[in-house]
Amino acid sequence: MLLANILSVDPILELRDVAKHYPGHAAVQGISLRIPKGGFFSLLGPSGCGKTTTLRLIAGFEEPTAGQIWLNRELVNGRRPYQRDVSTVFQSYALFPHLTVRENIEFGLKEHKIPNRAGRVDAAIALVQLAGKEGRYPAQLSGGERQRVALARSLVLEPEVLLLDEPLAALDPQLRKQMRGELKELQQRVGITFLFVTHDQEEAMSMSDAIAVMHQGKIEQVGTPEEVYLRPASRFVANFLGAVNWIDGVGLRPEITRMAREAPADGLVTRPATVTRTVFLGNCIHVTARLESGEEAVAQLGRDHGTFQAGEPVHVVWNRADEMRLS
Amino acid sequence: MSRLRFWFLVPARLWLLFLFLAPLAIVCAYSLLTRGTYGGVERPWTVESYQRLPDPLYAAILVRSVALSAAATAICLVLAFPLALFISRATRRKNLYLHLVILPFWTSFLVRTYAWMFLLRDTGLVNTALIGLGFLRHPLPLLYNDGAVLLGLVYGFLPFMVLPLYATLERLDPALLEAAADLGAKPWSVFFRVVVPLAKPGIWAGAALVFIPCLGAYLTPDLLGGGKSVMIGNLVQNQFTTARDWPFGSAVSIALMLLTLAALGLFYRRASKELL
Repeated sequence: MLLANILSVDPILELRDVAKHYPGHAAVQGISLRIPKGGFFSLLGPSGCGKTTTLRLIAGFEEPTAGQIWLNRELVNGRRPYQRDVSTVFQSYALFPHLTVRENIEFGLKEHKIPNRAGRVDAAIALVQLAGKEGRYPAQLSGGERQRVALARSLVLEPEVLLLDEPLAALDPQLRKQMRGELKELQQRVGITFLFVTHDQEEAMSMSDAIAVMHQGKIEQVGTPEEVYLRPASRFVANFLGAVNWIDGVGLRPEITRMAREAPADGLVTRPATVTRTVFLGNCIHVTARLESGEEAVAQLGRDHGTFQAGEPVHVVWNRADEMRLS
Repeated sequence: MSRLRFWFLVPARLWLLFLFLAPLAIVCAYSLLTRGTYGGVERPWTVESYQRLPDPLYAAILVRSVALSAAATAICLVLAFPLALFISRATRRKNLYLHLVILPFWTSFLVRTYAWMFLLRDTGLVNTALIGLGFLRHPLPLLYNDGAVLLGLVYGFLPFMVLPLYATLERLDPALLEAAADLGAKPWSVFFRVVVPLAKPGIWAGAALVFIPCLGAYLTPDLLGGGKSVMIGNLVQNQFTTARDWPFGSAVSIALMLLTLAALGLFYRRASKELL
């Protein structure tokens, strides 16, 4: 699906020239964003790029210095967090330590004075597969279980937008990968718009319908995972989303860069180079070669491509159609 | 190793023996003896002093002591909570505020209590000012009553409530407050459903640190109560001096100690329950 198709949907959340300045520091510098209803949208960027600040502005924990935040066609600037129909899953989960799993999940329903809460709480507990753990306290749960409680606590309120602030960062790597699939599946099942903040490009690409890449308080590019990876709008986006060989100002991903002992047939671009090192990574091999220009190129090769020795003369080869051209 | 441990523990053991157990044994023994004509004690052994404890005159003092201590504890809690919350949330000058809380300890408690007397007496600052400004004709009876004693107790023990409350509130994760607001809780609700429950260990510790010394207070009711608002401490003092009834003074002391132990036990059980 193309970004244009995604954005044609009426936005559930819209930021218009939103800025947040702290004394001596501009965290967010006038960003505009339209987030479509019912999708999985990510804010991706390195730490300090303003993505968490943006999320906090939407949640209402901070007020923007300038700009407007529209939620479901209503201007929400100035509204307190409890007056906004969004809910946050915190990086630390921020579960109430004095309340059980069930009481944590029921907290928001009680605050909204919703009757017949038990059924909704049960449904939320089932949704995140925590049946049997309702009576436990947060301290008695594993990291993954705590995260599920945090999700259920927010989802039970059926917010317009669920804001997730690096919710996987605190989990161990194995569980983190497993949770990617579960989060995406959960989002599709409940149909609530997810706005996911992360610094992990793999995480963002594996789950998102669309990604906004942020850098130094500004949005560099908005696009589908394919668009931002294959057609990055800037050198920053290209580098942030994955490794890049920069040769003559043209960007090449290592997986479409090839190494050949013989000069290949026509139609391909080729540069003579010398192998500097090879690294065995199990499922693939990384071969690094230095070009005559002094630039280095890394090729990610399958094991069937044979071995290359350091010092060996090779040709770095690629298809012109695979080049990343920066607009 | 165990030899070394034995010798290291000797000072503590001697201290406990001579400065705690021995005096306690003496007070116990005195409480079971007969009063001497000019003070002191003599035989025979008797439990008569304890039989006099339920006397309405003394029971009233006991009840007043417990009531004043409980009221002082409650008022301290209400006053200390916002202050502790403010200090724990302050981004700057946190240490300055904490120092201000303990600043009164730099002067003698006696001097500070006299200062209150100068403020509250008929010709004191408060009454003089109110009369001078034309609000009053005759001075208000601000001194020598239960209210003055309560004021003195609250003033004297407020820091003991602020500090433990501050210690627990300081550790409170600000994200929990944001999470509560995010889930729809208005400020009051955040306070009562998240802040107060999580501050309970501090509340109980502060309550114990205020209630127990209040119960045994002597100086404050003596100076600000002026013999009209008498607490257990004053009763004990009175029995050993003016009344020359050492056995009864000792019996009251033992009763006070048991009351304190009961209160401590209660606070300790509540506090340990809060800490899971």
